[in-house]
Amino acid sequence: MEFETVIGLEVHAQLKTKSKIFCGCSTAFGAPPNTNTCELCLGMPGVLPVLNKKVVEYSMKMALATNCRINKMNRFARKNYFYPDLPKGYQISQFELPIAEHGWVDINVEEQHKRIGITRIHMEEDAGKLIHDEHEPYSYVDLNRTGVPLMEIVSEPDIRSPEEASAYLKKLHATLRYLDICDGNMEEGSFRCDANISLRPIGQEEFGTRTELKNMNSFRNVQRALEYEVRRQRDILLDGGEVVQETLLWDANKNITNSMRGKEEAHDYRYFPDPDLIPIVIYDDWIEDMRNTLPELPDQKRVRFEEELGLPGYDAEVLTASREFADYFEEALKHYPQAKKLSNWMMTELMREIKGEPSAVQSCLVTPENLGALLTMIDKGTISGKIAKTVFTEMMETGKDADTIVKDKGLVQMSDEGELLDIVKEIIAANPEQAADFKGGKTKLMGFFVGQLMQKTKGKANPKLANELFSKELNK
Amino acid sequence: MELHKLTIHELRDLLKKREVSAVDATRKVLERIDSVDDTIQAFITVDHNKALKQAEEADKLLQSGEGGELCGVPLSIKDVLCTKGIRTTCGSRILETFVPPYDATVVDKLNKSGAVTVGKVAMDEFAMGSTSENCAYRIPKNPWNPEYISGGSSGGSAASVAADECIASLGTDTGGSIRQPASHCGVVGMKPTYGRVSRYGLVAFASSLDQIGPITKDVRDCALLMNVISGYDPKDSTSVKRDVPDYSAALSKGLKGLKIGIPKEYFIQGLDAEVEKAVFNGIDILKEAGAETVEISLPHNDYCVAVYYMIAPAEASSNLARYDGVKYGYRDSSGESLQEMYRNTRSKGFGDEVKRRIVIGTYALSSGYYDAYYKKASQVRTLITEDFSKAYEKCDVIVSPVTPTPAWPIGEKIDDPLSMYLSDILTISANLAGIPGMSVPCGFSSKGLPIGLQFQAAHFQEEKLITTAFNLEQHLDLSPKRPEGL
Ligand SMILES: [Zn+2]
Repeated sequence: MEFETVIGLEVHAQLKTKSKIFCGCSTAFGAPPNTNTCELCLGMPGVLPVLNKKVVEYSMKMALATNCRINKMNRFARKNYFYPDLPKGYQISQFELPIAEHGWVDINVEEQHKRIGITRIHMEEDAGKLIHDEHEPYSYVDLNRTGVPLMEIVSEPDIRSPEEASAYLKKLHATLRYLDICDGNMEEGSFRCDANISLRPIGQEEFGTRTELKNMNSFRNVQRALEYEVRRQRDILLDGGEVVQETLLWDANKNITNSMRGKEEAHDYRYFPDPDLIPIVIYDDWIEDMRNTLPELPDQKRVRFEEELGLPGYDAEVLTASREFADYFEEALKHYPQAKKLSNWMMTELMREIKGEPSAVQSCLVTPENLGALLTMIDKGTISGKIAKTVFTEMMETGKDADTIVKDKGLVQMSDEGELLDIVKEIIAANPEQAADFKGGKTKLMGFFVGQLMQKTKGKANPKLANELFSKELNK
Repeated sequence: MELHKLTIHELRDLLKKREVSAVDATRKVLERIDSVDDTIQAFITVDHNKALKQAEEADKLLQSGEGGELCGVPLSIKDVLCTKGIRTTCGSRILETFVPPYDATVVDKLNKSGAVTVGKVAMDEFAMGSTSENCAYRIPKNPWNPEYISGGSSGGSAASVAADECIASLGTDTGGSIRQPASHCGVVGMKPTYGRVSRYGLVAFASSLDQIGPITKDVRDCALLMNVISGYDPKDSTSVKRDVPDYSAALSKGLKGLKIGIPKEYFIQGLDAEVEKAVFNGIDILKEAGAETVEISLPHNDYCVAVYYMIAPAEASSNLARYDGVKYGYRDSSGESLQEMYRNTRSKGFGDEVKRRIVIGTYALSSGYYDAYYKKASQVRTLITEDFSKAYEKCDVIVSPVTPTPAWPIGEKIDDPLSMYLSDILTISANLAGIPGMSVPCGFSSKGLPIGLQFQAAHFQEEKLITTAFNLEQHLDLSPKRPEGL
């Protein structure tokens, strides 16, 4: 039997506001425990939440960027449960009336366009953190993270494979980064993802029993966990068994999922409208103001790169997948206006140096201007493409510009005909057999002669000129 | 001079003329507490040193001609309002050791006006109750007869004012908790419009119903306190941005043209004959003073108690979740697991009535029951609010008894929660609708217990309440004003 995979994702994005969602405390990561807290963070008696307007505005931006309908009247609700990292005994979230609903994003998997629906976007507060010490009979609570604003983005069950899930996540991630409303750091937990996944026989309309996957803290882990879960569920179904509806934790070390049984089961959160917060009323003017602040988004940029710069679709996709990478490209383009050559270099040499992590480009030592200068040197024949690669590696390591490195190391290409001709003659004289063979028709030996020349000149010889000189001399 | 027996305005005049000092007045009040509180049991915490220090500061301000209306005036504060550095128990064991690191906004306003806080007064645990018998520490007695309840939940506030253990007090009202004890103790109490006074630092019972208000010896004092505590607070999203009028100016207005609505639903079966008589006597006096009366109807009034006992416990069940033994207050760590710690802490830390309401509220919000209970109650609440809107098209002020009966003996209803809940029937609707209500003394029962009259007005029409109440007070001129022989 063939199965179809059905996946829905819930993404929690920490919004990078300066202060928390309901008080003035800082959201900075990594402060000493419980220093970014006040009586509100601590859930003291009598304190009241006051909404940070920026959180609403950031959520509106995301809603607009993902084609959602903004609810002009939305409100906060309390999600009630007991846990020591939740000081009030309830989380302020949104339930019946979230800030936005009914949106979509487009993804691209193996050259196929696909539209993934977004069910809803809502605002909520983060919880604190428990720190367990195995050697002591108690646990510690750090409430610095309590009240850090979160945006939850819930997809429709439109995703049909782990690859699509990964593409969808990357699209949300890129959009958040383009909007500059979330730093998207999965390891620090500022971008988190839970997945609902089920299988159904192809052709069947009804969904199969789903499991919920948690604890996947990188794009790679999300894809691997989903792949694992597809196999696990398929094996169960093929054996005639039944999938149990449960929450599973991904174990990235063992590459398996484990049941969370008992911990999270059958919670009744008793949602009700939070009486401490008045409904949020969003006027059209406000929406328009937010729309006007939207930057160019990944899809728009991709289309522009294709249409205005004439880049192939693949290049445009890679260049725009991260805001930092696209910004870098556009800045370098100002200094080196040959889009395709620049794109090639960035997708190969630069991407290799930043280990395939496009957003890491923001901390790389080579400025876009310096990259432009390097490529210009190749075009002018100052250095060869091959030398340029070693120069680039050194630029990445030291931050020096290409010109300095080339000069310091004497890497300027030898393009002086007289100078090269002497060496060419020397090489031919030293290799009479090969010269004879070449004249006899073994033109492949050109490689050998140019190689000799490169060796003698430490690669600095202008390869085009070298070819010309050898064919002239050997054909005499 | 018996300074503790004075009203705010009487004491203020003497203080401003420097005929007495704030320290004198505070000493007198503290002496009074020392001499009568063994009987009255109004105070959970009295801080002599802090009070005298505040008084000294007030005297400095008064000396230099500064200091507001309340400067140097000794007040008591219901133990549900957070006071920085002074323990705030909410009448509960679970907060026995809780000392807030912040002041409630109203407390801050009192401090800035130079008022002196003599102590924190008893109340039903987390303001849940109608008699203050649910206080974990002490049961405040009715100063007119200490065998009788003082009312609740602001029983300590009303008793301390009536027994001259303070000049005035702040209480809170979620379903009548200012008006009802004021009525039982023969003093004046006002529940302002929801949003008129900041709730920041008021330990929440039911957030959409709670409101802070004054309990005073006369109507003039009520206006004075309202001037100080009212106003928008950026720390409370439900407080309303609206100018605060000078409530004292409303005192000098007459009743000519004022329409008083008499709701037929309020004069119900079970209404005590003496209460009814005293209330109608009050109405006659208002008519003589120039007011007109008009019969009105509040058709959904029958549902008030049911709606209230869904919404208030539902909100409470969530508001009280924070008392879990983790961060502050009482913790029972005898168990082995986190779950046991929660269970033991909350089982031992909360009293029966609080637990009863947490269970009711949890049930009302449970999935599968939410629509039938909490949501339905919220919808009926809207209808109740609309009843009032329609009524105020016909009248300015609605008049009624505050409670169906005068105070009853301590212990009489404590094992009968339902009849206790029904005693709130005439005060609850103001909280559900968010409108202001006021209780003013209008007579005595044959047993010598005070009877109160309730006025309610449309949102933010507190001035009309003050005008009406002041006219009644002036024309009625009740005697004695306060219990004798204490
Ligand atoms: Zn805080």
